[in-house]
Amino acid sequence: MKRSLEAMTMAVLFAALTACGGGGEEADTGGEVATDEEVGPAVSPDSAATVTGVVNFTGAAPAGEPIDMSEEPTCAEKHAEGPTRQTVVTGDGTLANVFVYVKDGLGSRTFPTSSEPVEIDQDGCEYHPRVLAIQANQPLVIKNSDGILHNINTQPTVNQGFNVSQPVSMETTKSFTSPEVMIPVKCDVHGWMEAFIGVQSHPYMAVTATDGSFRLENLPPGTYTIEAWHERYGTQTQTVTVGPQESGEVTFEYSADMAGRPVPMAEPIDLHDHGSEQPVAHAGR
Amino acid sequence: MTFVRAALATAGVLLATGFVRSPAPLPAQEAPAGKATYDRWCAGCHGADGAGGGPGAGTMLPRPRDFTTGRYQIRSTPSGALPTDADILAVILDGMPGTAMPGWRDRFSDGELRDLVAYLKTFSPFFESQPAPETLPIASAPSASEEALGEGRDFYEKIECNKCHGPTGRGNGPSAPTLEDDDDLPVRAADLTENWLFNGGGSVEEIHERLVTGLNGTPMPSFHDLIASEFMTEDQLWNVAHYVRSLAPEEPPRVSEVVRGARVEGELPASVDDEAWEVAERFYVPLVGQVVVEPRWFTPSVDGVWIQALHNGREVALRIVWHDPSRSPDPEWEEWRAKVVAIAEAGGETSDPAAAVSDTSGAAPDTTAPAAVTVAAHPPDALVVQFPRTIPDGMERPFFLMGDDREPVYLWRWENGRDGVEELLARGLARYEPLPGAEAGAVAAEVAYDDGEWRLMLRRPLDAGGVEGRLSFEAGRAIPFAVFAWDGSNGETDTRGSIGSWYFLYLDQPTASTVYVAPILATLLTAALGVVVVVRAQRRARNGAGR
Ligand code: HEC
Ligand code: HEC
Repeated sequence: MKRSLEAMTMAVLFAALTACGGGGEEADTGGEVATDEEVGPAVSPDSAATVTGVVNFTGAAPAGEPIDMSEEPTCAEKHAEGPTRQTVVTGDGTLANVFVYVKDGLGSRTFPTSSEPVEIDQDGCEYHPRVLAIQANQPLVIKNSDGILHNINTQPTVNQGFNVSQPVSMETTKSFTSPEVMIPVKCDVHGWMEAFIGVQSHPYMAVTATDGSFRLENLPPGTYTIEAWHERYGTQTQTVTVGPQESGEVTFEYSADMAGRPVPMAEPIDLHDHGSEQPVAHAGR
Repeated sequence: MTFVRAALATAGVLLATGFVRSPAPLPAQEAPAGKATYDRWCAGCHGADGAGGGPGAGTMLPRPRDFTTGRYQIRSTPSGALPTDADILAVILDGMPGTAMPGWRDRFSDGELRDLVAYLKTFSPFFESQPAPETLPIASAPSASEEALGEGRDFYEKIECNKCHGPTGRGNGPSAPTLEDDDDLPVRAADLTENWLFNGGGSVEEIHERLVTGLNGTPMPSFHDLIASEFMTEDQLWNVAHYVRSLAPEEPPRVSEVVRGARVEGELPASVDDEAWEVAERFYVPLVGQVVVEPRWFTPSVDGVWIQALHNGREVALRIVWHDPSRSPDPEWEEWRAKVVAIAEAGGETSDPAAAVSDTSGAAPDTTAPAAVTVAAHPPDALVVQFPRTIPDGMERPFFLMGDDREPVYLWRWENGRDGVEELLARGLARYEPLPGAEAGAVAAEVAYDDGEWRLMLRRPLDAGGVEGRLSFEAGRAIPFAVFAWDGSNGETDTRGSIGSWYFLYLDQPTASTVYVAPILATLLTAALGVVVVVRAQRRARNGAGR
């Protein structure tokens, strides 16, 4: 209902713009570039743009805090060097486990949902990966390679969570329906286990590897707000404009002394809510 | 359409229709049906805004439900899903045993109940944005044969209920000390031997439903997927429910105001686990949090003790058994203790206990941040048996909370880690002084702890031996007694702990039973009154009237 209304508004806007034969400036405000691609693979190959970048890190990464896994020998055995809680994983001056995504600029486009499952594994009483990116309604396959009891307790604010048990090696498939940055995941049996899931309705998101790099491909040309989220050092945003087949670059700078900044959790990011800069009112707290 | 948009839309609609409280009072006919009832009966705990922070919520654990989250524990629907209207209605009618949530059966008309349910739902946008929740289909229960119970027990271990609930269900599994709810508040793994305190009811059907659906917002997960993934069959999950049901007694313990001590010939049992105790009758004495005087205690650990008594004409022996998941001081529970104490000490200053234990300002969960701890050390577990100094002739008894200056009481105080039992006088709650003239070791004590259970045997000659203030026990008389308990790992010490009202110990005479019937009947009434006093005091304190 609302959506088709929007589509109509867009169409009218577009018609008005083309009729004037101008509107270059408006186009810059993001989102209005493509109009006839409301549904379906939004971006044609000859216009697809790319945003690449790197998340840098300066300062000394805190050492992982040791975890006492003695109660769970199956897991303890998998950590030859002794298990630690790794909230900060760095490479050579780079930061891993940063969730990077297009926060704004896609306008009212919708994108097909990938049916490719995203996997999270419980191995050595840790989540792998620790930070993951998934589209709304994309299947999340939860694996238990430990073969001992884990419960997967997701704690979203916007989505409906779940808390299911996996007492043996098995797979469970779940999904989330709404964008949310981020959804904390915990295992109540092993209090140290933690993971964070970023959900977007579009596919333009990534989690940095140890080299800090990320790549958002196949973007429609436009101007985008890119946000980086880290569980300890919080969020940063950058703006980038890319034309057809262009490649833009974005660099985020994190440093060890950013610890303790507020880290947004479970905040809905809705591309379709134009004009609301604030994290939108969400259910709960 | 996303939840967010729907939420906004809902909020808009709510605002427009006045569902959300506006500063200006609404004309009566515009207030939603159910609001008046809610504001009168529920808002005291759940808050006028439904967020769980009503004036009576204080430092209650578990917290009154925050209805804005849409997270309900007692449901017939899948993990994470909303409850049905029938689910919400059932909780309102039955309450949540083991928590402050009272039942409201017979209080409201059908129409009022319907409006109340509808009004609760307006607090959360999820009820608008989500498809109507559907009850999970549940196959009927197989019978609880020996075999079924055996299989249930096997699966209890296989699917590792013991990780949280402990090997025999006493809430003492290795993960128990670390469990937190979705608001980062400490939550106990239920003691499965006390099914009368299960939030969603203690029948096998209700237990099974909890296993299928899980309790949203708590660590208790759903086990439904195990059937879908063919790890276990529907019947096998039912058998786990049967097994859990079998851990609790057939009937919830009846509270009897009189604890009978049978007379035995010859020696009294020599030890706390002596076979002789197996045949001695057991009596249940319920305990409640100490909410009568400041500082009040809303989150007691010990909710009752089982008492047995025997005597042989020369000595009396009591055996007291209670569940406590920690053998305090227990380092495994230190973090738990710190959290509970922080919440208690935040007291009235914050209506959000979570703020007391964690910095929830949006920072990433930092599980290592130590909570502010003001109790110097981790106290030991302790138990007190209280008597008057002499057996009263009439109905007069000292003040049940350890007497007062006018009428002190005589106590046996046991503390974990200390040899024997102290004989004390008290002139008020935790205002102890040694009993003058008492020789050490006059009350013999033996204690055992395993698997979340304390067993304490106390023995003393019936005769006071001429010591002033020390009760002389007499057979054939109603001897008032009361029990107090402290779980150190729950931050309990002094006025923070579990209390009970006066009960009666009746030591059998060698003669026929008719002799003791009359005094017992007479004392029953006053005992019942004692219970009422405690319950009423507690209720008053909870509702905030006592502040
Ligand atoms: C004395 C305080 C108190 C009062 C009064 C009270 N409640 Fe509650 N209620 C609670 C607490 C505490 C809980 C949470 C228990 C838990 O989490 O285990 C709760 C939970 C609930 C739940 C959640 C059930 C679930 O499945 O999670 C509902 C529904 C509810 N109350 C409805 C009501 C209604 C309706 C009223 C008024 C008629 C009311 N309550 C009055 C304390 C109270
Ligand atoms: C991760 C820890 C955990 C595991 C595993 C777990 N439970 Fe629980 N369970 C809890 C907690 C915590 C509660 C209390 C929730 C509350 O009162 O809010 C609970 C509550 C219960 C209750 C009481 C429900 C009620 O109505 O109050 C029952 C019965 C129960 N669990 C049975 C089981 C069984 C059987 C298993 C294994 C199949 C199991 N639990 C596995 C943590 C766990």
